[in-house]
Amino acid sequence: MRLWMLIVAAVILSFISLFIGAIDIKPSDLLNWDSREMQIFLISRVPRLIAIILAGVGMSIAGLIMQSLSRNKFVSPTTAGTLDAAKLGILISMLFFTNVTYTQQVIFSFAFALIGTLLFMQILDRIKFKDVIFVPLIGIMYGNILSSITTFFAYEADLLQNISSWLMGSFTLIIAGRYELLYLSVPAVILAYLYANKFTVAGMGEDFAKNLGLSYKLVLNIGLILVAVIATTVVLTVGVIPFLGLIVPNIVSLYMGDNLRKTIPHTAVLGIVFLLLCDIIGRVVIYPYEIPVNVTVAVIGSVIFLIMLIRGRAYAK
Amino acid sequence: MIEIKGLTKRFGNKPVVEDVSIKIQPGAITSFIGPNGAGKSTLLSMVSRLLDADTGEVLLDKNDVKKWKSDEFAKRVSILKQANFLNVRLTIRELVSFGRYPYSKGRLTIEDEQSVDQAIEYMNLTDMQDKFLDELSGGQKQRAFIAMVIAQDTEYILLDEPLNNLDMKHSVQIMKILRKLVDDLGKTVVIVLHDINFASVYSDNIVALKNGRVVKDGPTNEIINSEALREIYDMNIPVQEQNGCRICVYFNSHS
Repeated sequence: MRLWMLIVAAVILSFISLFIGAIDIKPSDLLNWDSREMQIFLISRVPRLIAIILAGVGMSIAGLIMQSLSRNKFVSPTTAGTLDAAKLGILISMLFFTNVTYTQQVIFSFAFALIGTLLFMQILDRIKFKDVIFVPLIGIMYGNILSSITTFFAYEADLLQNISSWLMGSFTLIIAGRYELLYLSVPAVILAYLYANKFTVAGMGEDFAKNLGLSYKLVLNIGLILVAVIATTVVLTVGVIPFLGLIVPNIVSLYMGDNLRKTIPHTAVLGIVFLLLCDIIGRVVIYPYEIPVNVTVAVIGSVIFLIMLIRGRAYAK
Repeated sequence: MIEIKGLTKRFGNKPVVEDVSIKIQPGAITSFIGPNGAGKSTLLSMVSRLLDADTGEVLLDKNDVKKWKSDEFAKRVSILKQANFLNVRLTIRELVSFGRYPYSKGRLTIEDEQSVDQAIEYMNLTDMQDKFLDELSGGQKQRAFIAMVIAQDTEYILLDEPLNNLDMKHSVQIMKILRKLVDDLGKTVVIVLHDINFASVYSDNIVALKNGRVVKDGPTNEIINSEALREIYDMNIPVQEQNGCRICVYFNSHS
């Protein structure tokens, strides 16, 4: 697959995404700056597209970094407790401060996502049996434990409705003023690209990295911080999008290998294409209503994940 | 010049390497031999800074290896541990290019590209340089890793059991390459070996370890004799000479 093909697909899907929705907007409507269509376009459609692009790039890159650093193809923000830890962080911030501000939520969520992922990496370090399937299973269990803690305290504090909204990844509520936090993932993604070679070297193990004079621990920690930043921005604005960080990097790895300098651009653009496609499907199946994107991603993603599991065991080893 | 002085390492209370002091002769192959659990690999890991010693020091050019800057050290000493289980999908060329990491930090200059080309050529991998590592056989993979070390262009090359999982043909091939690295390029090779006959035929010096201590240390012909071998392995091992090579016939020995 060529990068330009992916980019063309992303541009076409972006165009479709801008002109699909409950309210019919034609490109010709945009000639009039003061029209109602133009208003909707600027307040709803454009922010939604930007949010999809940023979340798609962010989650795919976060998954790629995690797979490289954990040296396991099936580790991702959804299968290592990162997103569950971020949710727990938001809940704690709500319990802690009576009138919680957005900034406080962001800080708590980031801190929890970081600590939660670090903890998972520690567990990984300690277990001897590092099977490709076994490791993500532990991650999923670990995430579920975090999630149960969140649900328990949310129930006690009558916040259950609140947390279920972060559970559900959806772009329906994205309008101007509600998604800008996602821009924080842009510097994280740029930094990931600059660190690509270091992540690749670190992905070959501590001994290998040390032999080449790389400070392994530092690179590992920087990688986990980038993952936590991205996961936080996505959970707080869009919600949890499962599978994305798992499937997209794996598809790219299949045809391009694991040299991050080469695969990061592909992973980013394929992430956009995949998420846009899922969002568009969710918007047309029961038109003029919408299915939240996490449902379409989960349906399509789980099928692809299953195929990868069954066919890919040999490749992931 | 690498000099090891009074090196000790304990795992828990158990000493794995105890008070080891040796000098590595430059421009030669030195083999570490000894029974399982003798501390050979641990010793090699400490020399290459992968492990920290409890007491004692390793000197590279009279300076403690711990005081060397990481990237400077990586230009002088390289280590290859058993790498056959590595699951990263890189092409041979990408892997070898990472050998230049200490020099270029991943942005290869023209000179870097040239040394990558030379290393690949040297290991006869030019035709398959764009193949992924997971498509290679064990011997080809091992050659790719050695090509990476050649590209890293260090004076010292340390290898931890590089013949593991290789058949006879490929084992001989790898040992011949190491010999060439020493004879043609003037490298210093330190290698942990399990098969004593490979040590006998290919190395200049042998360091024999047992229970973490050095029991023998000297030129190969002084170590490969029945007396010394009994001390190292607690086995009666007849030594026969074949075409100028000393072969240890240990297969039916009784202790």
